[in-house]
Amino acid sequence: MRTGWLTEATRVISAVAKRLARTLFMIFAVSVLAFIMTDMAPGKYLEEIKLNPQISPNTLAALRAEYGLDRPLAVRYLFWLSSAARGEFGFSFAYNCPVWPLLRVRAENSLILTVTAMLLSWALAIPIGILAATHAGRWQDRASAVSTTFLLATPDVLVGLALLAFALHTRWFPTGGMHTLTNEMELFPRAQDFARHLFLPAAALTAGMLPTLIRHVRSSMLDVLNSPFIAAARGHGIPAGRILLRHVLPAAANPLISLLGVSVGTLLSGSLLIEVIMSWPGVGPLLLQAVLERDVYIVIAAIMFSTLFLITGNLTADALLYMADPRIRTDQP
Amino acid sequence: MIRNKKLWVSAGALVLFQVPVVGASFFAPYDPAAQNRDVPSSPPTSVHFADWRGRFHLRPFVCRWVGDTNSSGFPSSHEDCSKTSSLRFFVHNQTAYNRQVLKSSRHLFGTDGTEKLFLLGTDEYGRDQFSRLLYGGQTSLGAGFLATGLSLGLGLVFGCIAGYLGSWVDDVVMRTAELFMALPWIYLLFMVRAFLPLNLEARQAFLLLIGVIGITGWARPSRLIRGVVLSVKERAYVLAARGFGVSHVSLIRRHILPEAYSVVLTQSALLIPQYILAEVTFSFLGLGVGEPQPSWGNMLANLQSYYVLKAHWWMFSPGLVLLPVFFLFYSLADSLQRRVQIIDLVN
Repeated sequence: MRTGWLTEATRVISAVAKRLARTLFMIFAVSVLAFIMTDMAPGKYLEEIKLNPQISPNTLAALRAEYGLDRPLAVRYLFWLSSAARGEFGFSFAYNCPVWPLLRVRAENSLILTVTAMLLSWALAIPIGILAATHAGRWQDRASAVSTTFLLATPDVLVGLALLAFALHTRWFPTGGMHTLTNEMELFPRAQDFARHLFLPAAALTAGMLPTLIRHVRSSMLDVLNSPFIAAARGHGIPAGRILLRHVLPAAANPLISLLGVSVGTLLSGSLLIEVIMSWPGVGPLLLQAVLERDVYIVIAAIMFSTLFLITGNLTADALLYMADPRIRTDQP
Repeated sequence: MIRNKKLWVSAGALVLFQVPVVGASFFAPYDPAAQNRDVPSSPPTSVHFADWRGRFHLRPFVCRWVGDTNSSGFPSSHEDCSKTSSLRFFVHNQTAYNRQVLKSSRHLFGTDGTEKLFLLGTDEYGRDQFSRLLYGGQTSLGAGFLATGLSLGLGLVFGCIAGYLGSWVDDVVMRTAELFMALPWIYLLFMVRAFLPLNLEARQAFLLLIGVIGITGWARPSRLIRGVVLSVKERAYVLAARGFGVSHVSLIRRHILPEAYSVVLTQSALLIPQYILAEVTFSFLGLGVGEPQPSWGNMLANLQSYYVLKAHWWMFSPGLVLLPVFFLFYSLADSLQRRVQIIDLVN
């Protein structure tokens, strides 16, 4: 193109800036929404303490002032914003420390789990989906259809509990946590131990994701396989493997990349429950505990983390689409 | 058409599935909250035809269960066939349970003596798991249906408003919808649930849960309905009706909404299982409907204890019963979607 890379670059930059601005606005809106809800909530952390006769009203009032709970909503929101700017994201009543250090460890663990599950499920879904699409109507396709339907109908709770029962009966896998509680370990056994702990939760999450992914891979592959240009390629005598890899896969990639972005949300929701069932020390158990204890700032921070993660997933998918599809590069800003 | 056959088969099977749940007070032999502390955690009662002398009985009978503790100190139970009760159909006994949809003092089956038939065993309080399963279905399926009604209702209202009025109203509604869809779904539910009271009476918790699930789910249906409204709004017959001076409300009601019918139907087939699962998940986590009212979620929560998970396989029944329900709903949604596509192709 004669217009040159400069216009192209400005267009990309302005598009990215637009997306970033929208993301920031979205996160801001989520935090405001969460704050308004905390204010409307009937239960507060200190209300539960009030029931304890050993704590005097004076202490309560002092605590209330210390945490800034006696201020109006807008002031509290500003306080929270400034603590977010300091990288604390509020204060946990139950743990008596800033939220961010708590959340960071949990978020890392959750990310390890979800990223593993995501890689695992795509690594399984793509070959199975391709196999089903190339053998459409034959036994391979039917077997995958039956098993995906079965998996689709199985709720996450049941998958988690069944895997846990399996681990209990066979004793092949540990039934919770991330590490065995011994610190004297070499690097390799340590990694092995970690992998053994990771396996069951990751498998449960993968089982939840697989059916949707396989179905989408199969249908988008079929769409391309039935199109005229593939028939033409076959007519030219191009070998089947080459057609599949060089012609079908790139053409079928677009809807799958969009699905990648969407699947982050599903994965996050699924991971919350699986983490609780399998006692994986991720955001899930922390959030559940915080909800039960009315530790509002942890709840707000956890929700913002999940929103951020989801939006990042969508942005990554868009960036990948931009790289994969030349039409998007030229058509849209 | 073959597709239609699948549609009607899954719809019919779903209706059949609801019958024992809705009519739980007839189909369930016992009160779901009644405890039999003498037989905690007993496996499904076995039905005998031959007694201990080897004599054959035409009418099957059950033996007495005696509770004791096993070697590791956990409750267990064994059969004692010196005392038996025969099975009968349409037995009469009053249940004290008051949260019923339809009341009946006659039950499909039961025993004529003091020995009880626990079709799916008992939980740790000795409550009949089968009865709890049926009554729990009222909670879980009921929550799914009602929450779907609520969120589709909200979706219809907001979708119509946004699509019909357009301009800034449309912008505001759709940006808000985007905000709701930007959050991962369970996190959104958690957020709303986090700020509502925790210790609730079961009926309040049930209504609250329906409210939370229904309200957080309005965004997607309202977007779809908005799309339908936008496209229908410009059709010739709607413009003609408007030209004749039909009021806005009746224009929406008579000319625009009927077009959204298929979207609403397909969405409800997709949303109901999702919302049933939401109820199950929340009650499982202890944030939804609590004891003593049974729900498939809080029944599954028993499995969180080591011994139950390891040894009491019959406690998996509320999870297993979800499989056919979800399967039928998905196949219903699938065939509805195909039908809509075919109709679109024809038009």
